[in-house]
Amino acid sequence: MPKDSATGTGIGASTKRREDVRFLTGNGNYTDDINVHGQAYVHFLRSDVAHGRINGIDTSAAEGMPGVVRIFTGKDFEGIGGLPCGWQVTDKHGEVMKEPGHPVLAQGKVRHVGDPVAAVVADSLAEARDAAEAIILDIEELPAAVNMKAALEPDAPKVHDDLSDNLCYDWGFVEENKGAVDEAIKNAAHVTTLELINNRLVANPMEPRVAVADWNRSNDEYTLYTTSQNPHVIRLLMGAFVLGIPEHKLRVVAPDVGGGFGTKIFHYAEEAFCTFAAKACKRPVKWTSTRSEAFMSDAHGRDHVTKIELALDKDNNFTAIRTETLANMGAYLSTFAPSVPTWLHGTLMAGNYKTPNIYVNVKAVFTNTVPVDAYRGAGRPEATYQLERVIDMAARELGVDPIALRRQNFITEFPYATPVAVEYDTGNYPATMDKLEEIADLAGFDARRKESEAKGKLRGLGVNCYIEACGIAPSNLVGQLGARAGLYESATVRVNATGSISVMTGSHSHGQGHETAFPQVVAEMLGIDASMIDIVHGDTARGPMGMGTYGSRSLAVGGSAMVRATEKIINKAKKIAAHLMEASEGDIELKNGQFTVAGTDKSVAWGDVTLAAYVPHNYPLDDIEPGLEETAFYDPSNFTYPSGAYACEVELDPETGKVTVERFSAADDFGNIINPMIVSGQVHGGIAQGIGQALLENCIYDENGQLLSASYMDYAMPRADDVPFYAVDHSCQTPCTHNPLGVKGCGEAGAIGSPPSVINAVIDALQSGGHKVAHLDMPASPSRVWAAMQG
Amino acid sequence: MYAFDIERPTSIADAVAALAKEDAQALAGGQTLIPTLKQRLAMPSVLVSLSGIAEIRGVCKDDAGLLCIGGGTTHGTVAKEAVAHYPGLAELAAHIGDPAVRNRGTIGGSLANNDPSACYPAAALASGATILTNTREIAADDYFQGMFTTALEEGEIVTEVKFPIPQSSCYMKFEQPASRFALVGVFVAKFADGVKVAVTGASNNGVFRWSEAEAALSSDFSASALEGMSLSADDMIADMHGTAAYRAHLVAVMTRRAVSAAK
Ligand SMILES: Cc1cc2nc3c(=O)[nH]c(=O)nc-3n(C[C@H](O)[C@H](O)[C@H](O)COP(=O)(O)OP(=O)(O)OC[C@H]3O[C@@H](n4cnc5c(N)ncnc54)[C@H](O)[C@@H]3O)c2cc1C
Repeated sequence: MPKDSATGTGIGASTKRREDVRFLTGNGNYTDDINVHGQAYVHFLRSDVAHGRINGIDTSAAEGMPGVVRIFTGKDFEGIGGLPCGWQVTDKHGEVMKEPGHPVLAQGKVRHVGDPVAAVVADSLAEARDAAEAIILDIEELPAAVNMKAALEPDAPKVHDDLSDNLCYDWGFVEENKGAVDEAIKNAAHVTTLELINNRLVANPMEPRVAVADWNRSNDEYTLYTTSQNPHVIRLLMGAFVLGIPEHKLRVVAPDVGGGFGTKIFHYAEEAFCTFAAKACKRPVKWTSTRSEAFMSDAHGRDHVTKIELALDKDNNFTAIRTETLANMGAYLSTFAPSVPTWLHGTLMAGNYKTPNIYVNVKAVFTNTVPVDAYRGAGRPEATYQLERVIDMAARELGVDPIALRRQNFITEFPYATPVAVEYDTGNYPATMDKLEEIADLAGFDARRKESEAKGKLRGLGVNCYIEACGIAPSNLVGQLGARAGLYESATVRVNATGSISVMTGSHSHGQGHETAFPQVVAEMLGIDASMIDIVHGDTARGPMGMGTYGSRSLAVGGSAMVRATEKIINKAKKIAAHLMEASEGDIELKNGQFTVAGTDKSVAWGDVTLAAYVPHNYPLDDIEPGLEETAFYDPSNFTYPSGAYACEVELDPETGKVTVERFSAADDFGNIINPMIVSGQVHGGIAQGIGQALLENCIYDENGQLLSASYMDYAMPRADDVPFYAVDHSCQTPCTHNPLGVKGCGEAGAIGSPPSVINAVIDALQSGGHKVAHLDMPASPSRVWAAMQG
Repeated sequence: MYAFDIERPTSIADAVAALAKEDAQALAGGQTLIPTLKQRLAMPSVLVSLSGIAEIRGVCKDDAGLLCIGGGTTHGTVAKEAVAHYPGLAELAAHIGDPAVRNRGTIGGSLANNDPSACYPAAALASGATILTNTREIAADDYFQGMFTTALEEGEIVTEVKFPIPQSSCYMKFEQPASRFALVGVFVAKFADGVKVAVTGASNNGVFRWSEAEAALSSDFSASALEGMSLSADDMIADMHGTAAYRAHLVAVMTRRAVSAAK
């Protein structure tokens, strides 16, 4: 893209986020801020056991309680669709995955703590809760399948009675590689084997989920306000698969959303319930999740148990990678759950390295726990973590420098087709590593270590690289891989008569700053000030069908659609300008908001042209229609492949085991950058989440399936003082070759790239103190570190 | 929450009268009680707010040289106003929760609740404080009776806490990573007639004094006096944040650090 914007508000400007004004002054319009006249409130009665047979639900006493509108149970949803799964994985034998039903309210059995059993709709929330307490549940507790290994044993309790066992699928990737991989491992000079756990996380966006549904009796139209990252997808899934409401009768609005991190991609029971109940009760119905409910009903993330083997030849070249992973699905298949440990994980196992032979096996397991699905990075952090940990471990075993070992094995020629089915378009891994060494001041590490040691502390340095596939993704490809949806994006550019512009995008902003960054692109293309452009998103009634925001796709895919639509606008505007200046269309140039005729001093302003489009008195009506509004749908031809190199320095208190992150540096290649400040902010947040996973966060169930880390008293979120000031750099730019902006996406990088370097640093610190600890599972909490030090 | 009535007395006497009602409960800063109510884990019929009672608020030194803190004094006030008299105590108060918690939560509420991971109980015990109520005075050694259990009777109000001021003191808190309450907290107070060491967060029996360490420190107030000394892990709390052995280990570490840092 040209960077000649006259206004300084185009591409490359670190414009402050315009949406922050309303967010920081308390004027955001979140779903819970929406109240519909006459609304009732729903309280869900949730299972307090992990697994049980519902022998009876006696609502008779509750029905008569004050304010009760109606009480619903699973019976009310018989014959109504369950929550659909949006991705079908085919296993290594060619069989499709097991796909159990997921009722809106539990039918027959409850399958995890938090599974909704009944729903009370009442005039007030307090009355709904009072009545819920008067419901008598007769649930016979059954033994629970909690631990994945145990859940695969032949005598394990079955989460779904109608399935033969708890194995959802046994996926091999790439099955044809397996023989060569086994052979390479057999013949290797050295094999490093690592068994690890990628800890289960709760996303915990600041705003809990909310749903408000309204049904209009005059025209049979429904409106659902919901905390979603993709309102169009919710409309499709809920309308077509659950409730049987055609799209033109269903409007889904996701207004300001206070963070998603993946967990607000999915279609949830509460959304379907409120929509159904709004008609059944002939009243708007509202649900606001409490934080406690969020812990037991929002989809969780990660939860993989993995064994990875890395084979090297005598010169330390990587020759093969073999992995075996158990991936927790929880009790039901959440919307995109099957894709996370497979296509978003297996395809990334090559990382930044030219390993010729790779085989990935994943067994997805049903357990009596909350469903697990995509969480910031989704599959890619799991791939990166195991790969970058095993490389570090190999370097230690071989006594070589971990950075040198990485550099030696870097992919250096592009495009590069990996043995795991993807083709990286561009990248420059040595350059990002060079940049990292510089910004992290790796040369000064030894001196800093001495300073720490003088204070009685251990200091460790950990480095890792990452690659991710984002900008998700070509529809025809993901269709072959089992996606039941397209993954294009849409944009409508509506130029108004006076020249201001509304851009309707199918992407959704829930913290990413689209309202600021997207106008910068259009402003750049038209040469007008970005303040003339507003983004409209999050409402199925206001924009074309779009697929929403996840997988760092908004700019790469949604932004590309916007570029295409804006190009159409420019083409048409040039025709109008040519007519106004009585020149030939081919001679018209658009620069700084002025249309000129090449080689003359003739010009018309942007506003003259837009006015002519809507007041077409002097207008080529025979050639073109009035108006200036264009829509484009963009479907990419490949994923994008951002990459980077990260370094973490920790200090470890050997007396208590407490680890503090002293320095954290990130050198990323995101291709072209629209708003550097927003990109840095995205990286900052991602790193905070990665440090959270590595040192603090852990979602734990006991052996009966009770959620132990069910509140902030026990689930440790990272706080501001848990993270250092970061050094981030995104000046290494190898533009993406297959989207018009040359952008790669930056939303997930921080969370993908940071956990391995934290743990690598912890191991480095421990070993520097003479502790023979080869691996430590996340989170490296003080007690775990201390226990590891005790041997 | 369940529905409840609220009373806002302005004197201890009125508060005591209001608390005599069936299922009445005192509400101080609400930092423990309100979350409990929101989760419907308590069902008082009347909440008696203590925040309007001026006579139980404030920090001062009495004629006997004791630091007197009204039972309704917030952590934030103690952090500010006790610093000149008893820096170790002020420092403890300054690190309870976050600013919102410190501006609402009170010393009386904390001592009445006696959470096994709370900070103030360690200070009260190590200082040999006296807890004053509307009816009597209770020595700290008699007051704490195990997790969430105290000598308080139904309807009894903590009106004041009197702290003897040590020559030097320090509270070392090792934070539980999620709640940031004390995973282990140790308060060391050195008086002319001996040293007291109180430990919170660690034991299944709530806050306790580590008498072996006290004896050693009373003859030699230095970290090296504790060399090789350890506590049995038998009665220690074990949970996802730390094993009993880890807590026992941390008690020794935190005690040594508190002694070294005592001012
Ligand atoms: C986020 C958070 C972090 C926290 N971190 C810490 C921490 O690090 N360390 C720590 O020690 N504490 C911590 N706390 C607890 C905090 O100190 C509370 O304020 C305190 O435990 C209770 O005091 P309160 O005034 O809020 O009492 P309330 O919540 O109002 O009452 C608690 C109980 O005490 C009773 N009560 C209150 N006042 C009196 C009185 N004067 N006489 C008799 N009974 C009374 C009430 O009836 C109730 O049963 C934290 C709390 C929160 C919310």
